[in-house]
Amino acid sequence: MTEHVTVHPRNRLAAWIEERLPVFSFLASHTSGYYAPKNFNVMYYFGSLALLVLANQILTGIFLTMFYNPSAAGAFDSVQYIMRDVKWGWLIRYMHEVGASMFFIVVYLHMFRGLMYGSYKKPRELVWLLGMLIFLALMAEAFMGYVLPWGNMSFWGAKVIITLFSAVPWIGDTLVTWIMGNYFPADATLNRFFALHVIALPLVLLLLVVLHLAALHEVGSNNPDGVEIKQKKGPDGHPLDGIPFHPYYTVKDLFGVGVFLIICAFIIFFEPTVGGYFLEPDNSIPANNLVTPAAIKPVWYFSPFYAILRMIPSKGWGVLALLASIVLLFLVPWLDRGKVKSIRYRGTGYKVALTIFAIVFVLLGTIGADLTAIWIPEIFGANADVTFIENLYGRILVILYFGFFVFLWAYTYFGWERTRPVPERVSMHE
Amino acid sequence: MMRMSRTLTFILLPLLLLVGTPGAFAEEGGGLPSANTNIHDQASLQRGARLFFNYCVGCHSLKYLRYSRMAADLGLTEQQVMENLDFTGARFGDPVISAMPAADAQKWFGKDPPDLSLEVAAKGADWVSAYLHSFYLDPTSQVGWNNTVLVNAAMPFPLWELQGIQTAVMGPAQDGLPPQVEKLVLKQAGSMTPVQYDQAVRDLVSFLQYASEPAALERTHIGAWVVLYLALFTFFAFLLKKEYWKDVH
Repeated sequence: MTEHVTVHPRNRLAAWIEERLPVFSFLASHTSGYYAPKNFNVMYYFGSLALLVLANQILTGIFLTMFYNPSAAGAFDSVQYIMRDVKWGWLIRYMHEVGASMFFIVVYLHMFRGLMYGSYKKPRELVWLLGMLIFLALMAEAFMGYVLPWGNMSFWGAKVIITLFSAVPWIGDTLVTWIMGNYFPADATLNRFFALHVIALPLVLLLLVVLHLAALHEVGSNNPDGVEIKQKKGPDGHPLDGIPFHPYYTVKDLFGVGVFLIICAFIIFFEPTVGGYFLEPDNSIPANNLVTPAAIKPVWYFSPFYAILRMIPSKGWGVLALLASIVLLFLVPWLDRGKVKSIRYRGTGYKVALTIFAIVFVLLGTIGADLTAIWIPEIFGANADVTFIENLYGRILVILYFGFFVFLWAYTYFGWERTRPVPERVSMHE
Repeated sequence: MMRMSRTLTFILLPLLLLVGTPGAFAEEGGGLPSANTNIHDQASLQRGARLFFNYCVGCHSLKYLRYSRMAADLGLTEQQVMENLDFTGARFGDPVISAMPAADAQKWFGKDPPDLSLEVAAKGADWVSAYLHSFYLDPTSQVGWNNTVLVNAAMPFPLWELQGIQTAVMGPAQDGLPPQVEKLVLKQAGSMTPVQYDQAVRDLVSFLQYASEPAALERTHIGAWVVLYLALFTFFAFLLKKEYWKDVH
């Protein structure tokens, strides 16, 4: 948690500023005055990495907007212009494109960390809620960004996703036309998505990130042991198990940033499409409302949710299930009645359930990415009924996905969980 | 440390599996033989460019590729490009645009021949290579040719004088379905042996792969240095972290 530090700069200009606007005290309070638990493990890199990727997206995005042309007639050409004629344009565009996918990898791992160590539990419910709002804004931001290159998958992806709003009772169809500004994704759609992608949603994201961090710094970071470090303070008033974020975690995160950037650089320079997952081949074909791609599927980071939508036989219920799959994540702090935070000291049931949940999430992703359509004939032979097997398998996964939340509630509400004693102090594994 | 490495394995293993999947399926999926392209072989790219400008540019454009960019990347001079490859009177800084009027294309083929700037990015090098190996004589089709990779392609086969003329051996008719092509046989030899033709297609597809992303040439070259720098940076960051954390127990 943050301890308010007052800085008296010796430099006269800095002192003059500090007297009128205490920026140096503010920065010190939130870095060297912020005491974080000393036992963070590898799962605790992803928060700062998410911030790094956000900065990357904003910086590279600014340069892309200088050359991108947000019109149905010019968008596709302008992306190729960036890739070929703009000096270093290809690098900026690949950094933005790879950044988008890395954002989701980092955020998914960050959320999984929260589930592992109970970082959503009292007093951090708001940190979790604000984080979930960031995730929601990020999904909207990514979806609209995906439409901008105006490739054929951009077009059909936009059409499929926007048409989901037709499931809204009474006003559904009107709503779809209102969002698109036309009867199909067109110039008007592209223009408004551009405005939302580069102005509206980044502002929302930044505001939410500031609130997420402010709430975190108020209550302090959780840790892999789920021990509240501020309950054990030394004679100097600092938590015994806390260390100042700066310099300890700034240098540690610097190392994490290095490893992360090596992975990113490998992708950007040697495999920027990641086998058609980060950049899809169908998006190298200009948007065409007469030619449908062989398989319309969203980009990989939406595929688990898309699979949930597809596995439900009715559109209305499918959209509702899709919505529920995200809303339930918001409710986790209240579904989970358990008092023990960290998975290290929780019951076996929780360990098993969370592992299954994570595996189910990835497997749902393979359905949404249409991989099962390739796997099923390979496993069951060419004559296998792909739709039948996929539906059976997918629906079991959907039940397991929602089952996690039901189990989490019942397991803790009825007191079935057998937890282990939580230590007084955090443990270091060196 | 044990717990940390276990957690790390827990995260990295699924990630590796996911990253490995596309590669694994790229080889199996569709069952197309590898195109074996190499965009870093400049001589191959030059031969591919020559093939493209002799056989393809009559109908197909590369509207995102400029003659000047191509000259620089393929190690050709302005004079070489303008005299040997520019058949449309375009200026050196212009993009490669086919000379064929769109109206004629509509009349002859029923559709515009597609721009090939991003063909390899959209279909994959293996697909383009297989496509160029799979034309056969088909008197029932409008243009006299057909293709097993893209059935009922609207394109006549301009490389026939190189590959020769293939015909289809039809399989037995299945109940209710028209007979399917079983295999293609070379009926009349072309000016190239099959081995030479394979190499020619490899050159041409390499050139098209280059055209779909000219930046790929410098990308991999710079990438090695970037990764090397980052590895060094990370090593020093690790030492710095170790130094600072000495007193944390």
